[in-house]
Amino acid sequence: MDETTLATGVAPAEGGEAVEGRAHVEDAGRSADGTATAGRVQPQAQPAASLTGHLRQLEAEAIFVLREVAAQFERPCLLFSGGKDSIVCAHLARKAFMPGRIPFPLLHIDTGHNFPETLAFRDRLVKELDARLLVRLVQDSIDAGRAQEEADGDPSRNRLQTVTLLDALAELRIDAAVGGARRDEEKARAKERFFSHRDAFGQWDPKNQRPELWNLFNGRKHSDEHFRVFPISNWTELDIWQYIAEQGMELPGLYFAHEREVVEREGILLAVGAFVRPRAGERVSRARVRFRTIGDMTCTGAFRSSASNVDEIIEEVAAARITERGDRADDRRSEAAMEDRKRLGYF
Amino acid sequence: MDLLRFSTAGSVDDGKSTLIGRLLYDSKAIFEDQLEAVEQASAARGAPMVDLALLTDGLRAEREQGITIDVAYRYTATPRRKFIIADTPGHIQYTRNMVTGASTAELAIILVDARKGVLTQSKRHSFIASLLQIPHIVVAVNKMDLVGYSEARYQEIVADYRAFAAKLNVRDVVYIPISALYGDNIVSQSEQMPWYRGATLLHHLETVNVGAGRNNVDFRLPIQYVIRANGSVDQDFRGFAGQIVSGRIAVGEEVAALPTGIRSRVAGIQRGEERPERASAGDAVVITLEDEIDISRGDMLVRVRNLPHSSNQIDATLCWMSEEPMKVQPQAVGHFSGQWYWLQHSTRRVRASVQELNYRIDVDTMHREDAETLHLNEIGRGQILTTEPLYFDSYQINRATGSFILIDPHTNNTVAAGMIRDRARRVSELVAKQEEGERPAVPATRSANVVWEPVAVTQPMREALNGHGAAVLWFTGLSGSGKSTVAKALEQRLYALGVRTFSLDGDNVRHGLNRDLGFDAEARAENIRRVAEVARLAFEHGNVVLCTFISPYAADREAARALAPEGSFWELYIKCDVEICKERDPKGLYERAERGEIANFTGVSAPYEEPPEPEMVLETDRHSADELAERILEALARAGIVPGAEH
Repeated sequence: MDETTLATGVAPAEGGEAVEGRAHVEDAGRSADGTATAGRVQPQAQPAASLTGHLRQLEAEAIFVLREVAAQFERPCLLFSGGKDSIVCAHLARKAFMPGRIPFPLLHIDTGHNFPETLAFRDRLVKELDARLLVRLVQDSIDAGRAQEEADGDPSRNRLQTVTLLDALAELRIDAAVGGARRDEEKARAKERFFSHRDAFGQWDPKNQRPELWNLFNGRKHSDEHFRVFPISNWTELDIWQYIAEQGMELPGLYFAHEREVVEREGILLAVGAFVRPRAGERVSRARVRFRTIGDMTCTGAFRSSASNVDEIIEEVAAARITERGDRADDRRSEAAMEDRKRLGYF
Repeated sequence: MDLLRFSTAGSVDDGKSTLIGRLLYDSKAIFEDQLEAVEQASAARGAPMVDLALLTDGLRAEREQGITIDVAYRYTATPRRKFIIADTPGHIQYTRNMVTGASTAELAIILVDARKGVLTQSKRHSFIASLLQIPHIVVAVNKMDLVGYSEARYQEIVADYRAFAAKLNVRDVVYIPISALYGDNIVSQSEQMPWYRGATLLHHLETVNVGAGRNNVDFRLPIQYVIRANGSVDQDFRGFAGQIVSGRIAVGEEVAALPTGIRSRVAGIQRGEERPERASAGDAVVITLEDEIDISRGDMLVRVRNLPHSSNQIDATLCWMSEEPMKVQPQAVGHFSGQWYWLQHSTRRVRASVQELNYRIDVDTMHREDAETLHLNEIGRGQILTTEPLYFDSYQINRATGSFILIDPHTNNTVAAGMIRDRARRVSELVAKQEEGERPAVPATRSANVVWEPVAVTQPMREALNGHGAAVLWFTGLSGSGKSTVAKALEQRLYALGVRTFSLDGDNVRHGLNRDLGFDAEARAENIRRVAEVARLAFEHGNVVLCTFISPYAADREAARALAPEGSFWELYIKCDVEICKERDPKGLYERAERGEIANFTGVSAPYEEPPEPEMVLETDRHSADELAERILEALARAGIVPGAEH
C-alpha cells in the first residue's frame, strides 16, 4: 500500500510512524517496578511459553483468519482502539506474518475523548510492532459538518465514530477492516460472521448474512462494498486474559487497579477528566478502580477493584457476575442498542 | 483445558433455547446483568417465569417472532473444557443454518421431546449430523418432567431412535434423559430419575473424546500466503504460511508441492516465535523448504507417498443455500456460458459448473427423488466440473480437503456447501466406451470409479445382524516374526465366539490379486494399497479383518489406516528380534536373502520402519502366540468390538 497516498490528511500520530529496528511487544517496556500506575505499562514477569489446549486452537484460528484477510483483500487495515482486544489482534497479526511485517496498516478512529494513557500506549506499541499507523479524528468530521456533537454536558462521541470510520474507509479505499469484536460480548454479536459483509453504505444486514461453513471464508464483494473481519470471534473475555498472561503481553495501566477521581452517574463510575466534569449534585471521590474495557472517557465505566496484575484479573474475571459491556453506558440505551448501531456501520 | 465445538438444532417447542440457557445458567456462564435483562424482557412479554430461551435468541426479529433464525454462537467453560456452541434453528426452512452449524461441530445434541418421541425434526437433525460427519451424537430426551420421569417412556424412545440410527452413518450415540426446564441431568444427577445411571449432559460434554473427527494421518498443508522478509536476520526469507489441516510433518521430511509435483525437504517450521521440530493438524505454521520452489496461495504441500486425489470432475453431496435455484449445465468440458460458480476449496478458488444432478434427498425420509435442480435448503448429489483440477480427499476421510463452497459470481453470495464423495465419472462415459468394445481405461493413479453407489445394507445394519462390530487388525512385523501364527490363533478364537472374520495374508495375495507386483518400495506401496482397499470392503461388510503383511513402510500403513474410520483400524506390531526371526526363518528366506538371492528383503537389504504409535505391541520372542491372541481378544472385547469371552 502506498504510504503517501494513504497518509493524506492524516493527523500526525505522535511518534506513531514506523521507526527503524524491530522490537517485540514482549521485550519492550519492561519495568522492574511492579506497582500498577495508570499511564504506565503493566510489567509482566512471565515469558511467552508454548501455548496449549484451547488457547492454541483459538490462536491458530485467528492467525488463519488474519492470513486469509491478507490473501483475499487488496487494501485491508486493522482497526485499533487501544483496548485489550485490539492489542491482542495486533499481537496475533504480528505472529501471523513473522518474520515479515504486518502487511496492512493499523487504523485508529480517534474520538478525541481517549484516555491519554491509551494514546501513549498506542504509539509505543506501533513502534514495537514496526507497524504503520493511520489516525482519523472525529473532531475533523465535526468540523467538516459531517457529524454533529450530542447536545449534552458530556457528549458521547461513540455514535459519531461511525461517520469518521466510514469516511476513513472510503477515503483509504479499505476493502477489509479487521476488528477485535468477540461474539460473547453482546447478544447481537453472537450471530456475527468472521467475514462480515457490509454494503456500499457500510451497513450490516443481520437477516441476510452469508453462511459461513468450515473455515472457508468468502471474501468476494462488489467494488464499493467492504468486509469487517473478526479474527477473535470465538474468544471470551477470560480467553483474552489467559492469552495475555501466557504470552506475557503488555497492556495499558488502565486495566489494572489504580487510584483516580471518579464520579457516579446513572449507576456507572466515570473517570473525572477533561471530558467528564462533575455535574451539579454529583460528588467526586477517589477510588481504587480499574477498567474492563477501554473506550471513550465519557462512557467507559470504571469499577472498584484491587486486581493489580494479570493473574488477579483472571481470578476476578472468572468470578465476575456482570458482563464487560455492562459498564458501557452506550449499550444501555435500549434492549437492541448494539444491533441498531451495528446495522448503521458501527464496529 | 481443551476445546469442544458442538451444535444444537431445534425449535422453541422442543426446548432447545431453554436447554442452552440452562447449560449457560447452571455452568455460571450467565452474568447478572444478562439475567436482569432477560427478567425484564420476560416480564414485558408477560411470561409467567424467567424465560431462559431469551438469553440465546439474539436478534430483534427473533425476539419479536419468538424463533431462532440464524446460527448463534455461545460460549461457556468449565475448569476442564471450553465449549463453543453453534445454536441453530430446527425448521426445515433453516436446513442451511443447521448445515452451517454442523460444519465445525465435533458433537451434535439431538433434542427429542419425551411426549412426542422421535419426530421428523429429530430425524432431520440426525441425518444432517451424519451427512456432515459429526463424530459424536447425544440424543437428549427432553421434557422428562412432562412424562412423569418415566423410564419406560425413555426406553421406548431410545429403542425407536436406535432403529432409525441404524440407517445412518453415525458412530457414537449417547442417550440422556433430561428436563432442561428444571435442570434434571444437565449439570447434576436427577433425583427424579434414579433409574438413569449414565453421565449428566455436562459431564458427557466435558469428557467426550475431542479430536475424533481429525485426520492425523494424511499430511495436507494448503498454502494460504507466502511470507517474504529481508531483514538483517532473515536474508531473503521465503516461507509458506498455512494451517496444517491434517496429518503431521517434521523438519527434514520430504514433501511435494501440488500442482507442480516438485519435491523438496522441510528446512524449518515456525509457529510465531517458536521453531518446533514437528507440527501437526490444527497448527498455523510457516514452513521453509530446502530448495527454491515456486509455490503460491492455493497450492498444497503433501507427503510424497501420501497424495490426495486430483481431478477436475468431482462427485459431491450439495446443500443448496440460496433463494436462486441451482443452475445445472450439462456442457462440454471447459466451456462455460455464464452458468458457472466459483468453487472455493481449501485456499483455492476455481471456476466450476454443476453438470448433472443425480438425485435430491428428502431430508425427512432420506429417500432419493428425481429432481431437475436444487432449491433453497435442499440436499442432493451432483457431478461438478472445474476448470482446473482440485487436490482433495473424500469428505469421509478428511473434512478439510473434502469440503467446498460454491459462490455465485454475480451476487458473490455463498450458494452451496459441498462434500466430496469421490472423483466423478459418469456412467454414460463408461458405457459408451464399452459399447465400442474397449475396456474402460484404469489410470495408474487411482481406479476409475463409477458413481459411488451407497449400499442398501449399511455397516451398522450388518454389525447389528452379526452381533459384533467390525474392525481392521493390521499385523505388521518382520518376516518370521510370527504375524500369521498369532493371527491364526486369534482367528480360531474369534470363530469360536461366532465372530465373522476375513483374512488377508501377504503371501497369499501375491499369488493372485497382486501377482504383478515386485518388492521395491513402489511395488510394496501398491501391494499395501490394494490390500487396504480389499480390507476396507470386508470391513464395511461387517467383518473383523485380519491383515498379515510385513508392510515395512510407515507411510503405507498410514495410508491403509486412513481408509478406516478412527478407532476401527488397529495396528498390531508383532515385535521380534531380527536375529530370532532369522533363526526361525520358516521359509528359508533370510538365508537366501543373505546369500544375495533375494533383493529388497526386509531386515536384510531393505528397511523396516517401526510403528511409532501402534495400538498394541506384541512381542513374540517373549510370549506365546496363544497368550498374545488372548490379549488381542481381551482388547477387542474391551473396545466393544467383539463380545466378551467366557472364562
